[in-house]
Amino acid sequence: MITTDLVPPRKGSTMQFGIFSVSDITRDPTTDHTPSEAERIKAAVAIATKAEEVGLDVFAIGEHHNPPFFSSAPTTLLAYIAAQTKNLVLSTATTLITTNDPVRIAEEYAMLQHLAGGRMDLMLGRGNTAPVYPWFGQDIRQSLPLGLENYNLLHRLWREDVVDWEGKFRTPLQGFTSTPRPLDDVPPFVWHGSIRTPEIAEQAAYYGDGFFANHIFWPKEHFMRLIRFYRQRYAHYGHGTEDQAIVGLGGQAFIAKNSQDAYTQFRPYFNEAPVYGHGPRLEDFAEQTPLSVGSPQEVIDKTLTFREHFGDYQRQLWLIDHAGLPLGTVLDQLELLGGEVVPVLRKEMAARRKAGVPDAPTHASRVKDKYGDAEPRQPRPNANRGDNVTGGSPYQDTDEGVRASLPEL
Amino acid sequence: MSDTAPGPAPVRRELRLAVVSAGASDPSSTRMLADRTVAAAGRLAAAEGITLRVDVVELRELAQEITTAMTSQFLGEGLNAAVETLRTADGIVASTPVYKAGPSGLFSAFFQILDNDLLIAKPVVLAATAGTARHALVVDEQMRPVFAYLRTMTMPTSLFASTEDWTDPALSKRIERAARELVLQMDSGFERRVREESWGSYQHSFGSAGGTETGIELDSDLMRLAAGGQA
Repeated sequence: MITTDLVPPRKGSTMQFGIFSVSDITRDPTTDHTPSEAERIKAAVAIATKAEEVGLDVFAIGEHHNPPFFSSAPTTLLAYIAAQTKNLVLSTATTLITTNDPVRIAEEYAMLQHLAGGRMDLMLGRGNTAPVYPWFGQDIRQSLPLGLENYNLLHRLWREDVVDWEGKFRTPLQGFTSTPRPLDDVPPFVWHGSIRTPEIAEQAAYYGDGFFANHIFWPKEHFMRLIRFYRQRYAHYGHGTEDQAIVGLGGQAFIAKNSQDAYTQFRPYFNEAPVYGHGPRLEDFAEQTPLSVGSPQEVIDKTLTFREHFGDYQRQLWLIDHAGLPLGTVLDQLELLGGEVVPVLRKEMAARRKAGVPDAPTHASRVKDKYGDAEPRQPRPNANRGDNVTGGSPYQDTDEGVRASLPEL
Repeated sequence: MSDTAPGPAPVRRELRLAVVSAGASDPSSTRMLADRTVAAAGRLAAAEGITLRVDVVELRELAQEITTAMTSQFLGEGLNAAVETLRTADGIVASTPVYKAGPSGLFSAFFQILDNDLLIAKPVVLAATAGTARHALVVDEQMRPVFAYLRTMTMPTSLFASTEDWTDPALSKRIERAARELVLQMDSGFERRVREESWGSYQHSFGSAGGTETGIELDSDLMRLAAGGQA
């Protein structure tokens, strides 16, 4: 039995707890009400601000380009939420690294990073909705190499003032500078989301980025293998020990004061949920997947088992607003999650944590890693030459040795 | 679910035989056809000093889990146990009734949800039952391609029993023949050697054999691209 001697929420703490939304607009099966896009977008803001109010650390939003989803422009939503909050870290679940131009990702998320004062990161995913690819001029059959190549470019765009680049999928870049440069010249932290692709785990490990397994649907053994591989490769590339790799996990929860109420209230939503509705029994699904349905204590106990399977990890996100659950219910869920579940989890996870396991990365910690106590770089552009470009050394402190091959004018 | 076919001592070793039956009733003629094959295989094995350990997967009992897995990719406990039974089997007898001129949907669905690599090189006897001899080619024309896709080692003798076959001694002969093929193939160590010596030469993907498929291949263009290389 775990004691419920609560500790206050910690900011920028060892482990981050939060919620993620796929932005689905789904009919509430108990009332037959389908929210409008306007309702659901406002609800997303209400959910995010409530997440901060109840002491959660992270709000992440998905990216979709088709109904019944609303989140086609995540940085706009997240920037708005950033302006309404003070501590919450804004993230994505996921940002499409395949159908988005990596140049646009670099620009948009750097802009968000500035406006959010560094309270953001992003999770990259490939997206598995086949029709979306051609809408953006891409081919789903090339999804994996496309995503890998795009990230290789994105990684450089945030770290090099001037990029010359040529790849298989995108127009070459000559003397390109992605603006604005990241806040404090420290790139946003990147999580690579994957449920079945070792190449994504490899890329996360190679760059020393985070790896996020949304292990909602499949048995834990599958993900244990993928996360173990990521940890091994993280160590192989010299970023630290296997225990020091940065792991995030998805989950979903429905909480009520007692177990029976939780099952009764959640069942109609589960039974008609997109993806797994009309399929497994709720009890079977809850027993065999990370779905936690029950009292706060039951959700706590189940979440603590994740650590036993996957090792100490840095970020736990729950899906709590899908399948037509109305805003009021979601806000009640947040009260229980932030009020009763997460405070205990913070304490229990911290007590169990191995020595040497790093905290969840934040902008502040990454600035510290890069600069120590020195002042962060603040890039100031050189004067416009009159042709709207600033040459091979676009910033006053850009290495003079950088000589980009600019296009002929 | 498990029993040992009768056989004389001395016992030198044990092989595992799995039965997959899509019979709709209990007992069913589909299961009966499988059982007769198992019994024949047990006798032939015993004569070789082999004990056959037999596990039966009754798809009828897994019907709900199979439809759930088809629609949500969620494998229930019973299905996971069935997968483990097939994974550890040295040979399989796969038996289905014929409905509407094809194998039972339950049978097809079960094999469609298995991981692609689970059955590579496994010896399989294919068997079907029907109400009329007009369905006789279902085994060779419809079941065999599925098992070819799964890269199993299907035995040359197909078993088919329509109503009139149950009283025809020719069925027993065919059962005997298929059982012998199966025992010889199981005893040959073919599957084990393929897996030991040539597993890497088959196309695999992550999770394609329930996590036993292979180590993660690092020497590939995609892995090099993942590590900052060129496409």
